[in-house]
Amino acid sequence: MLEIASTTPVVSVRNLRKSFGALEVLKGISFDAQGGEVISVLGSSGSGKSTMLRCVNMLEVPTEGEIRIEGEAIRLKSGRYGRQPADPKQLSRLCTKVAMVFQSFNLWSHMTILENVMEAPVHVQKRPKAECREEALELLAKVGIADKRDYYPTHLSGGQQQRAAIARALAMRPKVMLFDEPTSALDPELVGEVLRVMRALADEGRTMLVVTHEMGFARDVSNRVIFLHKGQIEEDGDPSDVFTAPRSERFRKFISSHG
Amino acid sequence: MDFTFLWETFLHLLSGVPLTLNLALVSTALGAMLAVLLTAMRMSALPPLGWASQFYVFVFRGTPLLVQMFVIYYGLGQFRPVLQSWGLWAFFREPYWCAIFALSLNTAAYASEILRGGLQAVPHQQVEAARASGMWGFLLYRRIILPIAMRQALPAYGSEIILMVKATSLASVITMLEVTGLAAKLISQSYRAVEVFVVAGIIYLALNFAITRLVAFIEWWMSPHLRPVQTASSGAALQHA
Repeated sequence: MLEIASTTPVVSVRNLRKSFGALEVLKGISFDAQGGEVISVLGSSGSGKSTMLRCVNMLEVPTEGEIRIEGEAIRLKSGRYGRQPADPKQLSRLCTKVAMVFQSFNLWSHMTILENVMEAPVHVQKRPKAECREEALELLAKVGIADKRDYYPTHLSGGQQQRAAIARALAMRPKVMLFDEPTSALDPELVGEVLRVMRALADEGRTMLVVTHEMGFARDVSNRVIFLHKGQIEEDGDPSDVFTAPRSERFRKFISSHG
Repeated sequence: MDFTFLWETFLHLLSGVPLTLNLALVSTALGAMLAVLLTAMRMSALPPLGWASQFYVFVFRGTPLLVQMFVIYYGLGQFRPVLQSWGLWAFFREPYWCAIFALSLNTAAYASEILRGGLQAVPHQQVEAARASGMWGFLLYRRIILPIAMRQALPAYGSEIILMVKATSLASVITMLEVTGLAAKLISQSYRAVEVFVVAGIIYLALNFAITRLVAFIEWWMSPHLRPVQTASSGAALQHA
């Protein structure tokens, strides 16, 4: 199958390095995420997987290397405290193509659920309010919390808050969705409802980068697994291959210790 | 007890309430604007602006308001030719404006620290979520940081407003006839200090009671997310009925 569109990756990471002081967390990471790929990023704590994800939308500014979103490199400049985004307008525009779902939901506490979902489309993307409201209500229905639209985040359970956060991310019509351990802060009985929503998104053919400890999701839902170890990619491949015949001894140990 | 005297005193002091409220509100409003500027300087990336702001707070929080008022009212008179050449003498000639000036400069120092505390307590995660959604600069402040910071700063700022109402009594020493000024004048005529000051105290108490309730209402109104869930849902039910 040859498709011209598929030659431009949605996310392209080249030689990504990130240091915090003397500690080098990412030691040269390169990979491309093509449209429709659902990539699970695995690794033990401290392997740099969250930092890598946060570099994609510049919540952490890479010390070295380049991030491209749909082929467009995020421009950086050298400042007094290291590199920083050179063009806030460009970054803002690219950030709306890259939506993020956080471990601790990070909903805006002073806004209702509906206002949370409408915020970026109305105020960042400047789309018509009525259209955004309609789309927001559809998204809330899709994640199963339409009845909670006028509640505030503190009034919802963790699972409901995370589903609201997924609706908020979807509302920007992103090209790629980043999930940073989306179920790690949830009570065990609430994990399932969030995973179901994520599985539905994967089935729609959305491009997703998922940092997770859910081996079931990595094995069954994602179509690519990247395993990080000490800031480098140690294993990268199709889940059916890497889980049955891992090339890396460390990944073999990681799988056996995480079931 | 001489109730007639108390009642007459009350009515007399009541005529000072408009000036008391005028001094408090005008200087609180001007001080709030200056406080925003001071906080912006303090949080800016340019160190000299931050130092200037810190020095301002150090001076105005570290010296008594009464001393500041004296310096402005009596001290600036020595620079009359300079102030006249700048066209500011008409302003500093008036005890009213001197009082406003001193009160505003003083409250700005406290309010900027309250605002800074509110800003620094904004949860980092909510700011990250906003940045990940493409917000930056003024939009990020207007939509996310300031609304959260203001809610957090409001209880402390309510106290500052009450302190300001009480601080206006110091304007009496630079000839302003607000509630305390009228009380002092009345005592010099009647020599009945206890009755007059008790009545003055009751008037301040009543004013501050009203302000406390008003601030509490604003807090309640701005924080639906902190109310029990029943309030939010019943409110929503009404909205969609």
